[in-house]
Amino acid sequence: MPRIPASPAALSRRLLLTAAGAASLGAALTACGGGGSDSGSSSSKPVSQADIDKAMTTPTELTFWTWVPEIAAEIALFEKKYPAIKVKAVNAGQGTPEYTKLRTALKAGSGAPDLVQIEFQAIPTFTITDSLLDLRPYGASALKSQFVDWTWSQVSGSDGEVWAIPQDTGPMGMLYRQDIFDKHGIEVPETWDEFAEAARKLHKADPDVYLTNLAANQVAAWHGLLWQAGSKPYVTSGKSDITISVDDAVSKKLGAFWGALAQEGVIGVEPDFTDSWYAALNKGKYATWIVGAWGPAFLSGSAKDTAGKWRAAPMPQWDAAKPSAGNWGGSTTAVIRSTKNPIAAAEFAKFLNSDPESAKLFATKQFFFPATKALLADASFSGATPAFYGGQKVNEVFAGISAQVDPSFQWPPFLDQVATDWTETVGLSLARKTDTVAALASWQTRITTFAKKQGFTVKAAT
Amino acid sequence: MSRLLARPRSAGPLFIAPFMVLFLLLFLAPLGYAAYLSLFQEKLVGGTSFVGLDNYLAAVKDPQLREGVVRVATFFVIQVPVMLLLALLFALALDSGLLRLAKVIRLGIFVPYAVPSVVATLMWGYLYGPDFGPFAQLSDKLSLPAPHFLTDSWMLGSLANIVTWEFVGYNMIILYAALRTIPTELYEAAALDGAGSWRIAWSIKIPALRPALTLTLLFSVIGSFQLFNEPSLLMKIVPDVIDSSYTANLYAYTLAFTSQQINYAAAVSFLLGLVIVVISYAFLLTANRRRPA
Repeated sequence: MPRIPASPAALSRRLLLTAAGAASLGAALTACGGGGSDSGSSSSKPVSQADIDKAMTTPTELTFWTWVPEIAAEIALFEKKYPAIKVKAVNAGQGTPEYTKLRTALKAGSGAPDLVQIEFQAIPTFTITDSLLDLRPYGASALKSQFVDWTWSQVSGSDGEVWAIPQDTGPMGMLYRQDIFDKHGIEVPETWDEFAEAARKLHKADPDVYLTNLAANQVAAWHGLLWQAGSKPYVTSGKSDITISVDDAVSKKLGAFWGALAQEGVIGVEPDFTDSWYAALNKGKYATWIVGAWGPAFLSGSAKDTAGKWRAAPMPQWDAAKPSAGNWGGSTTAVIRSTKNPIAAAEFAKFLNSDPESAKLFATKQFFFPATKALLADASFSGATPAFYGGQKVNEVFAGISAQVDPSFQWPPFLDQVATDWTETVGLSLARKTDTVAALASWQTRITTFAKKQGFTVKAAT
Repeated sequence: MSRLLARPRSAGPLFIAPFMVLFLLLFLAPLGYAAYLSLFQEKLVGGTSFVGLDNYLAAVKDPQLREGVVRVATFFVIQVPVMLLLALLFALALDSGLLRLAKVIRLGIFVPYAVPSVVATLMWGYLYGPDFGPFAQLSDKLSLPAPHFLTDSWMLGSLANIVTWEFVGYNMIILYAALRTIPTELYEAAALDGAGSWRIAWSIKIPALRPALTLTLLFSVIGSFQLFNEPSLLMKIVPDVIDSSYTANLYAYTLAFTSQQINYAAAVSFLLGLVIVVISYAFLLTANRRRPA
């Protein structure tokens, strides 16, 4: 008889070993143990110029996690000014994948970089774990006046700490297909009421076309919409108190508005940045994309078939007399607290984003939407007339929007959880065409439960 | 025989030492550490504290974990019989010697196993697409309603299809290798007794395959209950169908890397491991009891 597997005893032994591999995830987690050691100084005493000069002339290698493509050009400018410092850029993933790796490295106590690219909304998630270095002692406060006010408040801590230097931003506007609007006689909506009417009219006129797509997996867009509507969903005070109000009156207004459009089936709700979504943009399934200021450059690269047909406008308003805007995306450069070279790292973060030449290069080479006042006012930036938008001064439109962004919006100290919970409650209600206002209540409950479990004192929304 | 086995006793431990060192360092130590972690609770505010078996007690009562386990169990019941039956048919067909281009066919069935599951899932995710996927395009051309591969009711089946595509070749190779070891005298004897191909397959080949089938079944138990790659990738396309606790393994991952509850994730992983051990052992016992002495 054949004897492929050995005796039953051997088989069961092998089985136990293999089955124990089920716990391999647990095994992988061992890397996440260990205590984090804080080698960075937390005092806010300014570092002396002599220390800075010494650090900037000592041969040093900095590791910088970033997903900016071709950032070598900006790094070269820094290395030219400070030849002793070498910066090694590592792409550890964009957004969440990078944060996951960073968190693992921080927990393991080794392998974390000196600097990271981090989006505005993720900063509190890493300050709650004391992972970022306050840049005030390194002269960061002096840069405040160079940056657009709301970007600076986004990187500032509750006690005035400077946690990062803004790099690019995403004040939200509306990109729209002029040709589709013209064909169906639709005016560019200036209020959300007009927007809803246009959505119904357009879909009725052509059942294959929707006015927009509100992606059921994109909490960042929802936060941007909340931001514009004047909501303050997360208010933290100190390190352990948080007020969560993602289902207050403003949120409910938003939930009722978008929920109704989704239920009527006059807008799309498919996940964004998927093959199907790219194809839909290329084929004209959606007549608008409500997106941050990085959207115009992104779209011209990913919907090439539609060149010349798009235009930009501000988002529709809740109150046309008092225009306001939210932000979606953009990022910053932060120094990791465990760095051995805090001075060089801080100098790099400052230089990269505030040196006029380096900051301008981001706008012209990577097509980032700037965070500095000087660039937004720069005629060569705001006067650009891209052919993809029919020669419209798109940057000028978004620069105007940037001035309307509310500087007081705050982020929760556990963004990943909030995002997952949103997708599984509010996002789900949009996708399934169920009650979005009710889903807001379950979102609120889930975040509150999580926050309490993590030891926060959760205050009721007022 | 016995004289051959009587080797100097000192050599044995030396031979297994390299394995044991790696086994201890890379397997038992991390596992032990994960077990240790599972006894604590770390909070964003308030730090780490010892909680004993609280994480396990919470996990047993956790509806999300239970749903995840039930879902992978359902998946196992649907997918594994189909996959193993196909693998068996392919192996028998190849072994029959009646196929032309047998080597090409064997390779063709095996190749999907060489495709990384991430690539396979992305590919199928595109094929399943409700708007621009080829199946949807085809039904559009034929004026038929597009198939809903990625909806709630179809999802387990769609996942099962991906996993079957990936692993049928692997299981076929195991079964085929087992078939090749059957002494040809048995076939000659059977032929003399007047048995045809079907009779030989039924009465000689399939009984001889029982140990190999048990092995493939065990691998399938473990694979099914650890289902992770495929749902985690499809989640990006259909977040409203696959949530972050769709399978038990996905839930453990979410707990560790999204919710930052590493300790609880370790407890969940251990419980899942326990479930797999129990189910595998049950299969093993059943298979051995039925095995002719």
